[in-house]
Amino acid sequence: MTTATPNTTTIGRDIQLSGVSKRFGDVEVLKDVNLNVDDGEVVVLIGASGSGKSTLLRIMSGLETSTTGEVVVGGVPMHEPKRAPEIRGHVGMVFQQFNLFPHLDALGNVTLALRKVYKMTKAEADAKGMAVLARVGMDDRAHHQPSQLSGGQQQRVAIARALAVDPRIIFFDEATSALDPELVGEVTAVMRSLADDGMTMVVVTHEMGFARRTADRVLFMADGVIAEQGPPEELFGNPQHPRTVQFLSKIAEA
Amino acid sequence: MNVSLIWQSLPFLWTGFLMTLALAAVSIAGSTVLGLAVAALRTSRPPLLRGLGRAYVELFRGSPIPITLLFVYFGAALYLGYGVNLFVAAAVGLSVYHSAFIAEIIRSGIEAVPVGQHEAAQILGLKPTQSFRWVVLPQTVRIAVPPLVGQYISLIKDTSIASIIGLAEMMKVGQSIVDRTGDPVSIYLTVAVLYFIVCYPLSLWVTRTQRRAI
Repeated sequence: MTTATPNTTTIGRDIQLSGVSKRFGDVEVLKDVNLNVDDGEVVVLIGASGSGKSTLLRIMSGLETSTTGEVVVGGVPMHEPKRAPEIRGHVGMVFQQFNLFPHLDALGNVTLALRKVYKMTKAEADAKGMAVLARVGMDDRAHHQPSQLSGGQQQRVAIARALAVDPRIIFFDEATSALDPELVGEVTAVMRSLADDGMTMVVVTHEMGFARRTADRVLFMADGVIAEQGPPEELFGNPQHPRTVQFLSKIAEA
Repeated sequence: MNVSLIWQSLPFLWTGFLMTLALAAVSIAGSTVLGLAVAALRTSRPPLLRGLGRAYVELFRGSPIPITLLFVYFGAALYLGYGVNLFVAAAVGLSVYHSAFIAEIIRSGIEAVPVGQHEAAQILGLKPTQSFRWVVLPQTVRIAVPPLVGQYISLIKDTSIASIIGLAEMMKVGQSIVDRTGDPVSIYLTVAVLYFIVCYPLSLWVTRTQRRAI
């Protein structure tokens, strides 16, 4: 790519969690979670709603802080309030509700951080923006407002927006859950191509097909702990934990 | 209806009309600046500041404008020891009163921006002030402008209340002509038409933008 790269800092691409707990009042949503994600690894988190998987993702991305435990993302100690903001702009996040900026067109969404945070000129930012929009197949919709795009297209723009700042890690929080079924494929296809390119990804999803085909490792969460984990063929083919068996059979019925 | 009386009165009403426009313009500016400041208090973190903002809003929402105007005009004379200019007193009273409503319009506009917008901006690396300027504010403006203009229409009509402290705006001028000529129908109708000419285009504009927003 000939365009400028915003992130020249040497932040790592791995994640280390040890003894992570999270309480909301009296409710303990995460209990002593330990997890390492390697550089370039694709980890998929599955589990029933309320199992803590989204909270875990939000802690890793810096949107929530853990109550106890150590969270080190790309070398940044997220559990230290003073240092946690260092992660901003170095990781990407793709949300269930897209969270595109409705007052900006697709290109404007993708280039906002490039211009305001990385102080690129409009020409530099637009070139970079068009390149990432092309990456997700949305360059022909660069000047459409989010409201003029389908859900799948909006989510692809949201992925492009995350990619624009050259993140080291991308978190996906149920990125396809709000989409009509026929639009899921275009988003998972983009996610798969990012995985193929070696992006470090942590993905919360209900798309078992995506987990099966793309994950290096699948984690099953229940009641705030990682109940079982393994390569997708093992976890789906031969689940060990009774909760995993129960969860997978319920999904098969649906 | 006495057309020749209306015709003769027009130059006098015109000076009142200009005074009304000037008072409305100054008060719209004043109430918007004050309203922004109070909305900032209302949406700030520290409980004391939030409480202050809340108290301000409740105080002025809960008292009639004439009281506010009389309080500013005579209160200033009493406590500052010197009389305030009528125009200044009216502008301060109207600004303070309407700023309470404007603060609430702006606050609800800020709070209507979903939390996901803040989160997306944070992850992208925008600092809180950048996030407010480039993500929250443009959406707040879109949400708040139609009700804000509605509030301005109320304010323009409320300038007529300045007649009670004796400011020679359009209402007061109309009253004195009626006192002299004894023809309330012709004069007040003319005054009403002049207010309508100012307010109606704004009202049309609000209706149009609201329809477009849906």
